[in-house]
Amino acid sequence: MKKPYLRAKSAFSIDEYPDSASFTAGYLTTSNGGWRSLRPRPDASKCVMCGQCYLHCPDGTIYLDDATGSYAVDLDFCKGCGICARICKPRAIAMIPESAV
Amino acid sequence: MSGREFLSGNDAFAIGVCLARPRVISAYPITPQTVVVERLSEMAENGSLDVDFIHVESEHSALSCAIGASAAGVRTFTATSSQGLLYMAECLPYASGGRFPIVMMNANRSIALPWNIYGDQSDSLSQLASGWIQAYAQDAQEALDLALMSFYIAEHPKVSTPYMVNLDGFHLTHTYEVVDIPDDSLADEFLPPYRTDAGIDFNAPKNMAFSAGPGHNAAFKYRQHAAMLRVRDVVTEAEARFAGIFGRRYSGLTEAYMTGDADYIIVTLGAVSGLCRDAADALRARGVKAGVLRIRYMRPFPGDEIARELRGAKAAAVLEKDISVGNAGAVFTETAGVTDTPLSNYIGGLGGEDIAEADILEIFDDLRAGRGGVRFLGIKERIDEESR
Repeated sequence: MKKPYLRAKSAFSIDEYPDSASFTAGYLTTSNGGWRSLRPRPDASKCVMCGQCYLHCPDGTIYLDDATGSYAVDLDFCKGCGICARICKPRAIAMIPESAV
Repeated sequence: MSGREFLSGNDAFAIGVCLARPRVISAYPITPQTVVVERLSEMAENGSLDVDFIHVESEHSALSCAIGASAAGVRTFTATSSQGLLYMAECLPYASGGRFPIVMMNANRSIALPWNIYGDQSDSLSQLASGWIQAYAQDAQEALDLALMSFYIAEHPKVSTPYMVNLDGFHLTHTYEVVDIPDDSLADEFLPPYRTDAGIDFNAPKNMAFSAGPGHNAAFKYRQHAAMLRVRDVVTEAEARFAGIFGRRYSGLTEAYMTGDADYIIVTLGAVSGLCRDAADALRARGVKAGVLRIRYMRPFPGDEIARELRGAKAAAVLEKDISVGNAGAVFTETAGVTDTPLSNYIGGLGGEDIAEADILEIFDDLRAGRGGVRFLGIKERIDEESR
């Protein structure tokens, strides 16, 4: 449930690319959260820690934040589909227009 | 399983694959490749080949399955033909882009419509851009030898690219010849077990068959292209090694026959090459300087070799069993890109039509008379006049 990380290195020389399409995870990943028009905003005071948002997120962007102990959203990859907000029984996740952020 | 036997091209190839000891074979039978699949499944059944033989429901699944097996890090083989190759087409660049060194035998066969089960080269030549190494055998012995060499070349760390061995449907797959079968232990000496760092390893987990966006995509294609170009040197290395162990020599990406001083050269590929050499012999006996250049590999394309062999000739013709409708034969188009020698194109053997020595002699006659353009053997109308 930890946040997936992008490795710091994103520029490669031609000799550093693998001779296959198999490689240690985390490289070559292009963050694509820019598609999003609505942003999920979890409210920890309403959250019952059921983990349904984590289970249902189609992009695996929900994670447990080590610092707060609460669920958070990886905005590098969240597309704003709102499934987490719909599945949340206590309605702890609001969808906020990106234009209002 | 060694000595000399009277074998069809398919039988010879199956024995070559058996000697290479693949761990997984996934294949779907299709005429005229069926015999290869039958022989290998018999070997799996009677225990002479220790392999997981996976019966799949289609060619798309056959290659998908082979990709999975290769990704797991084992030597993998499949075989197909014609519509089967086209049904696999989606998976071909998956295998080559993923750099999975799968070996596939393709029995060259016509593609529909009109429906036809006989041999021509339309199937594989439609897939030149798929990223696979493409070799064309001319006889059953070369088919067996390529079955062994293909694994060596495909799996070579400098290459790591899938390899398609093409046998002319029926003309080669179903024609019987005396074939030397290598001794098992010599085959093992030639071809060591497959080792890769790219396979599945629970101690070093990887993302497999990943995506690469606009920022990184070209780098993968560049490296894939560079690896394909390295095949030329690895073929030389493999053939030297092969000659050292088995005593049979091969000549790299092309095979030149009396081209050195030739005025007129036929460039061709596959099983019809022997007939072209017979015709050249007949012409030489009459004082005509005829030669034949056989293309053994279409990928990587032997541009340097072709340019060198055609230099100095008065005219050359490409004889091939395919037509890229609306242009010319695919081999002609590529050959024309590397030579200044006047070049014409003969489309023959479509749908299994026989090519006779008289046809070859007629091509040489046309070359001597300075007739060019694109011609279909057996059709007297000329397309360049037709289209006006």
